[in-house]
Amino acid sequence: MNISRRKFIQLSSLASASMMVPKFLKAFERPGFPVTNGKILVVLQLSGGNDGLNTIIPYRNDLYYKARPQISIKRDDALFLTDDTGLNPSFTGIKNLFDEGNVSILNSVGYSEPNRSHFRSMDIWQTASQASELIATGWLGRYLDGAVCTDCNKSTLAIELDDSLSLSMKGENLKGLALRDINQFYRASKDSYLSKVLANEHDQKHQAKLAGYLYKTLRETVSSAEYVYEHNKAWIGTQTYPDTQLGKRMKTIASLILTQSETKVYYVSHGSFDTHVGQRNQQDKLFKQMDEAMMAFVAELKANNRFNDVLVMTFSEFGRRVGENASNGTDHGTASNMFFIGGGLKAPGIYNEMSDLNDLDQGDLKYQIDFKQVYATVLNRWLDTDPQKILGRKYDQLKFI
Amino acid sequence: MTAQEKLKHLYNRAGFGISIAHWQGHVHISKAVRHLLHPKMLHPLEVTNKEDWQSSNMKVLKMMEISVEERKARQKLFREKGAELNMDWLRQMIGEENPLNEKMALFWHGHFATHTDNPYFDQLLLQQIRTNALGNFGDMLRAVAQSPAMLQFLNNQQNKKQHPNENFARELMELFTLGRGHYTETDIKEAAKAFTGWSFNEDGHFELKEKQHDNTSKTFLGKTGNFDGNAVLDILLEQKQTAIFITQKIYRYFVNEESVDAQRVQLLAQDFYTSNYNIRSLMYAILSSDWFYDPNNIGAHVKSPIELLVGMNRTIIMDFKSDKTLINLQRVLGQQLFAPPNVAGWSGGRNWIDASSLVIRMQLSEAFFASKELHLEAKEPLDSEVTIEHKMQAHKKAQGERFKVGQVDADWADYLAFWTSYDEKELPRQLADYLLPVPISDESLANLYAFIDTTNKQTLIQSLTIRLMGLPEYQLC
Repeated sequence: MNISRRKFIQLSSLASASMMVPKFLKAFERPGFPVTNGKILVVLQLSGGNDGLNTIIPYRNDLYYKARPQISIKRDDALFLTDDTGLNPSFTGIKNLFDEGNVSILNSVGYSEPNRSHFRSMDIWQTASQASELIATGWLGRYLDGAVCTDCNKSTLAIELDDSLSLSMKGENLKGLALRDINQFYRASKDSYLSKVLANEHDQKHQAKLAGYLYKTLRETVSSAEYVYEHNKAWIGTQTYPDTQLGKRMKTIASLILTQSETKVYYVSHGSFDTHVGQRNQQDKLFKQMDEAMMAFVAELKANNRFNDVLVMTFSEFGRRVGENASNGTDHGTASNMFFIGGGLKAPGIYNEMSDLNDLDQGDLKYQIDFKQVYATVLNRWLDTDPQKILGRKYDQLKFI
Repeated sequence: MTAQEKLKHLYNRAGFGISIAHWQGHVHISKAVRHLLHPKMLHPLEVTNKEDWQSSNMKVLKMMEISVEERKARQKLFREKGAELNMDWLRQMIGEENPLNEKMALFWHGHFATHTDNPYFDQLLLQQIRTNALGNFGDMLRAVAQSPAMLQFLNNQQNKKQHPNENFARELMELFTLGRGHYTETDIKEAAKAFTGWSFNEDGHFELKEKQHDNTSKTFLGKTGNFDGNAVLDILLEQKQTAIFITQKIYRYFVNEESVDAQRVQLLAQDFYTSNYNIRSLMYAILSSDWFYDPNNIGAHVKSPIELLVGMNRTIIMDFKSDKTLINLQRVLGQQLFAPPNVAGWSGGRNWIDASSLVIRMQLSEAFFASKELHLEAKEPLDSEVTIEHKMQAHKKAQGERFKVGQVDADWADYLAFWTSYDEKELPRQLADYLLPVPISDESLANLYAFIDTTNKQTLIQSLTIRLMGLPEYQLC
């Protein structure tokens, strides 16, 4: 790994930490990949480290119950998926989707030399780096860098439902658009002062390069806000969404998907799953919110015949330890599961076996699938790109989409 | 360029903006540079102390051994103290005493980035960084290497003779001294051995755990011997590349983040090395040079969120009713003190700007000083177990931290007193010259008039200031 790390990021001797641009990113100075196929990716980040073992429950395994006398989920309570595995009882809607063949579950997804710090591990997932390397751009941001679209607005190609933009969505040259609420974003950008200020752009065009960049960003922001708002304003959904943060954001995503076709990637966070204390209560509640929001979202897409074009992907920065702690919770662990929900899955169901509870690494689950393989699969089979250009290396792809 | 413009540039870069006193003072630039380089006595920041630490449950390092209540109490205390430290430091930056020292400390805070969520550790490291900010880089490096914040953040307690952990050794070379490409993987392994046993005790003091220390011979950067951690640091400081790497980073930060003059960096680095890493001399060389004031270097830096917030506060003194507003703003804008994104620190420059952050930044002055309300939501911190539980009971809907940036108590007195002496017709141009790093045309300035309240001179000055602070140019310095 160490040697490849050096090869992976070869930089000039004078490059500073703030300029860590892996060489492969420069590949985008050549033509990238056209945005064509009409597929949409929705990334749902489960922030805080979601416990995979109480998400997908190995309810035939005594080791699971031994490790978790207080917080395990009883076989009778879990929703049936297969003879060996059950689903968290909060996921009643997702259970139906699973039965319909619209859910793929990947088990034991992680990476080697796992880091148990929230911040570092999230960084690793968001940048798609190795555990020992630092990359300053996000994997979806690099997708943006490489995307070539004609007659489309690149600044609305990836939208995060939030006031601030995650590193995942920041590329070297392009960044996703963060907006929490379409109307609010539009009102802010329609501010008469901002509009007037835009008229000053010519001042800075030939002056300071940076000022020109700010004006360009401002102009694109105003046009993106207008574009999104104009397409969205007449839209009336058919579904009732739960009155939760996630519910509102999934509603916005659905309305954006159904009213404009420019956006390929949506990004939304849900949490916190940092369940050191009183895990059942907290995780089950968050899952219930997720299930309700997802059901309304899926129903909306189905009603409009778009479910086949949309793929929802969940991830978390790490799973949690197998054994429970003294506070009816779990501490930071390693591998966890990922959900894929959509109408276009090739291999619905449980994709691979759960982690072996007999074969732990100091009380932690060993990973079987590198998350970068999952990214490579999504980038290639769903977003039609060359994943090596985005991830810097070739990863074996999976076959669920 | 006028002397006044040069002074403005100097205080923008070597501080957090030029004060009225300096703007009108006609101080000679060389005197201003000397003044900046010789700070008054530093006020140490202490939100907690050793006694507190020893008596409270803060020092319990093993989370497994404490009860739920203790754990919650500890997290609450950590959060409060952390916020206090954050605000105390901001106040020092806003203050007049040591602008360059605090600016340099902010630079080193990003260079030696740690994220511990432990206010006592943060406080100890910050003290080292502020004390050495303009001093000797070697001294600072040695102090940082033995600080509990860094030892914990880069897992050096797990660096033991039997199972070396290379994390610290790697970042030491990659980020703190040499930069990539100037060492081998073997150098990392050998250096890691030298740092085995470097740890800290329950009181947060550095401790060498003899039993865990590897006393065998190491070969590091071509030298062989039974090196300990200090010897490795010495060898790193002997490398001219360390001086080049640090000088280049300082140049990028203080001179021009878009374009680095490699030849100039080489010359500066040579002197930095010869001076045995005297940071003050290096900064003197930069700030007193002609090229520092070259038009190409003006407006070539995007203010970081901290620079922006501190700068606004320096111009108009503000009293925020709640510290939380400022900390949440730091989070939304992407630079929360003591919480850098990773060990490489904040990447800075154009990375501060995206569609939403730009619009928020441009609306801040109107929110602070006029009636605009900004409703924002900061992302839930990843480790927010206590707050989430609390929140789910209190108001079930929200998960992110919702907050409002509204009008603050602003003290305009001195500012108004100064600017009222100007003729109304001159004010727009004069204020633009004062607040913006780069000139704007008469036409652009005239575009703002529709938003100016001309009721009287005071409203004129205030509304002009608010609108100029809302321009893209104000995001730069």
